[in-house]
Amino acid sequence: MTDLELILQTVLNSLIASSFTAIFAVGLVLIFGIMQIVNFAHGALYMVGAYATWYLYAEVGLPFFASIVLATLLTMAIGLLMERALFRPMRGNLFGGLIVSVGMMFVLEVLVVYLFGQGLMKNMTPYFKESWHAFGIESVTISHSRLFVFAIAAFILVTFWLFMSRTRLGWAMRACAQNPEAAALQGIGIGKISMLAMAISAAMAGMGGAVMSPLVRITPQMGHPVLVTAFIVMIVGGMGSIEGALIAAVAYSFFHTFVTTYIGGEIATILGLALMLLVLIVKPTGIMGARESV
Amino acid sequence: MSRRTCLNAAGIAVVLAVICVLPFVVRPYQLDFLIFLFINVILVVSYRLIAITGEFSLAHAVIMGVGAYASALLASLPISPWISMPLGGVAAAVIAYILSFPLFRMKGFYFLIGSFAAAEAIRLCWVQFNDPFGGFRGLRGIPVLEIDLGDLLYLDLGAPVPYYFFAMIVGLIFLTVMYRIEHSRFGFVFHAVHHKDTLAQSVGVDVRRYRTIAFVTGGFFAGIAGAMLAHYVTAINPGLFGLKQMLFVLVWVLVGGLGHFAGPIIGVTVLSIIDESLRGLDELRPGFYGLVLIATMLFLPDGLVSLPRKVMQWLVWLRKRGEGALARRE
Repeated sequence: MTDLELILQTVLNSLIASSFTAIFAVGLVLIFGIMQIVNFAHGALYMVGAYATWYLYAEVGLPFFASIVLATLLTMAIGLLMERALFRPMRGNLFGGLIVSVGMMFVLEVLVVYLFGQGLMKNMTPYFKESWHAFGIESVTISHSRLFVFAIAAFILVTFWLFMSRTRLGWAMRACAQNPEAAALQGIGIGKISMLAMAISAAMAGMGGAVMSPLVRITPQMGHPVLVTAFIVMIVGGMGSIEGALIAAVAYSFFHTFVTTYIGGEIATILGLALMLLVLIVKPTGIMGARESV
Repeated sequence: MSRRTCLNAAGIAVVLAVICVLPFVVRPYQLDFLIFLFINVILVVSYRLIAITGEFSLAHAVIMGVGAYASALLASLPISPWISMPLGGVAAAVIAYILSFPLFRMKGFYFLIGSFAAAEAIRLCWVQFNDPFGGFRGLRGIPVLEIDLGDLLYLDLGAPVPYYFFAMIVGLIFLTVMYRIEHSRFGFVFHAVHHKDTLAQSVGVDVRRYRTIAFVTGGFFAGIAGAMLAHYVTAINPGLFGLKQMLFVLVWVLVGGLGHFAGPIIGVTVLSIIDESLRGLDELRPGFYGLVLIATMLFLPDGLVSLPRKVMQWLVWLRKRGEGALARRE
């Protein structure tokens, strides 16, 4: 593999990583924007999505696409339950919301261990077995499973963007994020919007887990590193800013993938965290965040 | 001496007596549990010292790890553990001081995430650099404490019973010191900084300076707790000081209640005892923690320490309702 081919391969890897990071982080940012809650259980929802897909596809034997849809619906239901039972009483209480979501993270992680046992390899034969040789170059390979991740993520992001910018419901959601009280005065039901946001966010996490399930090791703790990445993206992009999260997701994924390829994985994460600290010190509102008054 | 202080003193005396008798009646593995409990008590009380200034740090477990690693590395030089342990605390305080410069430019959620990022970066450095930190396997063969006065006295503190008393004495001294700090002029300023941030600033309190003092002092005690852990278990690795450990500290403190000095101590004791009785169900323990955490946040936001008052209020309310119902019937 020549240098140029390695660079091409890394660029393609970065693109796929950014698409996944983007849907994961956008869900997290959406919840923060609407409800002012930092959802630590977001990584756990991703994990539940992966487990559900593995169970339905590899154990029960349902078709792959049906498993993905069912897994997404399941995480959506869990998300709605969390909104009603936990996040609504904690509305506006940033720290309280964070703590209950940490509790929920523990509960979900233990639940999958209880249901499926610990330590067993959750092996899954990928649905797509072929690989794509980019531009006919033999040594640059992207498996179809990963192209599928990219396609699904791009589809979700475009749909989400159309929803937010073209539909009345999407406008209502943006209004809620900007100023909940003013939105409520215009007759927008904040509770309904919160539930919708939570459903969308949980579905994004769950579907992310579902499409990633053939590519990663499925463990109860698989959400932690993804969550750390999403926090970095969230801070660098600016809290509550979806555009910022998208830009930061792409930038960070390129940075992380290149450093991982050329130096090493741990170093990449350490540098990423240092980058986030730097952003916090120099411009705590992130690249796209609004100014905050004291 | 008022009746209240008398009661308090009597309570503390009873607890002390029980603690002194305990090592001779429990089984050996339970002694280990009690030693870890003492170390965790120091950890949570030092965490409260930081939290009463109004900022929740997610760096505390790693600061504890800094103490453990520093003391273990110094002891391998070799320096006597008796000297390396306080130096471990100093190292933790120094790291906390360095971290305080970037971190105290932030507030609220940003502080939380910033402290997490800084801590995780330090922890990943331990994983990354095999020399001197030993990578993800960590350090082994850390020397235990011993008292060697020649022919006069030899005491191996690596054994559970002597170490139990050592941990108890150190723990009591630290608790007294931290209690005195909280009830000194400094402590009152800490509370002022928490509840009336802007007002404190306007009367000339350097808020950031006091937050730094609390952060560094808390870091020092956490570092010593880490060193005590390292010299007892004789092997440490980065996994001991990860996010999960930190979240446990947070759970202990919050479930116990931040508002009172005894809160975190009650929290860590009650939860550890319940946790210990779930020993057979190892992988289910975090789930129990999660449920307790959610229940506390929803129904008892001031923690276990507020439970008696809550129950009293409830009883009064019940009685009033009963009287009201009677009045209506007449």
